[in-house]
Amino acid sequence: MSERMNSAWSPSSREIQRRGERARISRRQAAIAAVSTTVVLGTLLIILVTSPGWAVVKKTFFDINYGREVFPTVIAGLWINLQLTFIGGAAIGVIALGLALLRTTKSPALTPFRFLATAYVDIFRGAPLILIILLVGFGVPALQLKGISSNVIFLGTVAVVLTYSAYVAEVIRSGILSIHPSQRAAARSLGLTSGQTMRYVVLPQAIRRVVPPLLNDFVSLLKDTGLVSILGVTDAVRAAQINASRTFNYTPYVVAAILFLLITIPMTRYTDRAIRQRTNAQSAEGAI
Amino acid sequence: MANVLELSKIRKSFGAELVLNDLSLSVPEHTATVLIGASGSGKSTLLRCINLLESIDDGQIFLDGEEISDPLINVDEVRRKLGMVFQSFNLFPHKTVLENITLAPIKVQGKNKDEATAAALALLKRFDLADKADQYPDRLSGGQQQRVAIIRSLALNPRLLLLDEITSALDPVLVNEVLSIVRDLKSDGMTMVLATHEMGFATQVADEVCFLESGNILERGSAEDVLHAPKNPKTQEFLKRVHQAGRL
Repeated sequence: MSERMNSAWSPSSREIQRRGERARISRRQAAIAAVSTTVVLGTLLIILVTSPGWAVVKKTFFDINYGREVFPTVIAGLWINLQLTFIGGAAIGVIALGLALLRTTKSPALTPFRFLATAYVDIFRGAPLILIILLVGFGVPALQLKGISSNVIFLGTVAVVLTYSAYVAEVIRSGILSIHPSQRAAARSLGLTSGQTMRYVVLPQAIRRVVPPLLNDFVSLLKDTGLVSILGVTDAVRAAQINASRTFNYTPYVVAAILFLLITIPMTRYTDRAIRQRTNAQSAEGAI
Repeated sequence: MANVLELSKIRKSFGAELVLNDLSLSVPEHTATVLIGASGSGKSTLLRCINLLESIDDGQIFLDGEEISDPLINVDEVRRKLGMVFQSFNLFPHKTVLENITLAPIKVQGKNKDEATAAALALLKRFDLADKADQYPDRLSGGQQQRVAIIRSLALNPRLLLLDEITSALDPVLVNEVLSIVRDLKSDGMTMVLATHEMGFATQVADEVCFLESGNILERGSAEDVLHAPKNPKTQEFLKRVHQAGRL
């Protein structure tokens, strides 16, 4: 029936006129955007290339041939960053979930652990990551404990995991607290225990809600793995540094930066999309 | 007839505010007890206390003769025997209709999945919701969501069903499809305690109507007596206001 109605419909003359007006408006807006973009970017480019030091900067930061030469060592370093991100990310997920659950539990037997979890989060969320890396990287080997590796990659990962677990635990905890108490009441009134309520009702909804901020933290994690270079790990940053200090040409830093951006920009775009979808879903949920 | 539920001198306050004051009530098997009264008169709190979602400050609650207001009682076991339906449905949004219904039978009663699913589908079919089994709650109308919420508590074969203003959040057009389920359950012999503002419906199902005011039952009796020939001036006043609002 709707097909018949559609085929019988043809736009009125007023509608055709309106479409013409809308097309004119959008053409004018596109033209304004193009002019404004050309002017702003063009001005910035002119300021850059006419600056007194541009010739030197071009040679020391944007030397394409040297960039090509160091590319293999920098990308080999980036592989370390990626491994660190994924292995560390998995460990962070598990530890953070544990911390978040401990901090939201009311079980009396777990009281001491709840205090410890709170203290842990306070410490590692509040101290700069670079200090934690230095303390773990140089402090733990100094203890000369048997069975604990003094491998710098391992210690660097441990430091990053310690810090990020605290960040992520807080994100998950905020997700748990954001679930309306009526969901808990409904689950408990069906006879589910508090543990079952957490596992089957609260946590699945909470995790879904915090996926966008978790993706944000994942992008930050990838970038921050570059900090383990201070322990001497030959990651992308360290590889670039070695090459740069050998020749006093800083192109390797630019190469490393571009490689990081190639990974992080698609990830942030994806995160933005996830956040948008989440917002749309929430407004569709209405009062609940 | 044995009493399924027995409330003796219940007292409950939130801070300085006394919500339930020395309230006693008996609910015999296969009967429906309807609680009426203005918002804030304690109806919801009373239902939440029966379900042990709130703890009482004094008095005793007995379910089939067992004192469930004992702090040593296993609250999860008590709640398995009590079904509760909320004003705001409270379906689990991340689970389908079928998963909402089978969660407790599987996890709480330890039924296997096929058995629980078959029972849930039979209930959905009985209440004309079979085609919604695999939908998520946000795809359903308010009336359908509330019917699913009722089925979710029925799936545990409760001894007693507590219904807390289950039609208050609904479009007037959708109220009847929800109330007709309750009428069906009543004729099946389900024991119920319900809080409602639907006086016409109360007349149809109530074996006893209790008028709550300031945390106590001011007047109780058959629907005929309390709703149509109230003796207490406060009940008369309340019903007059309901009548003016067009609900009687």
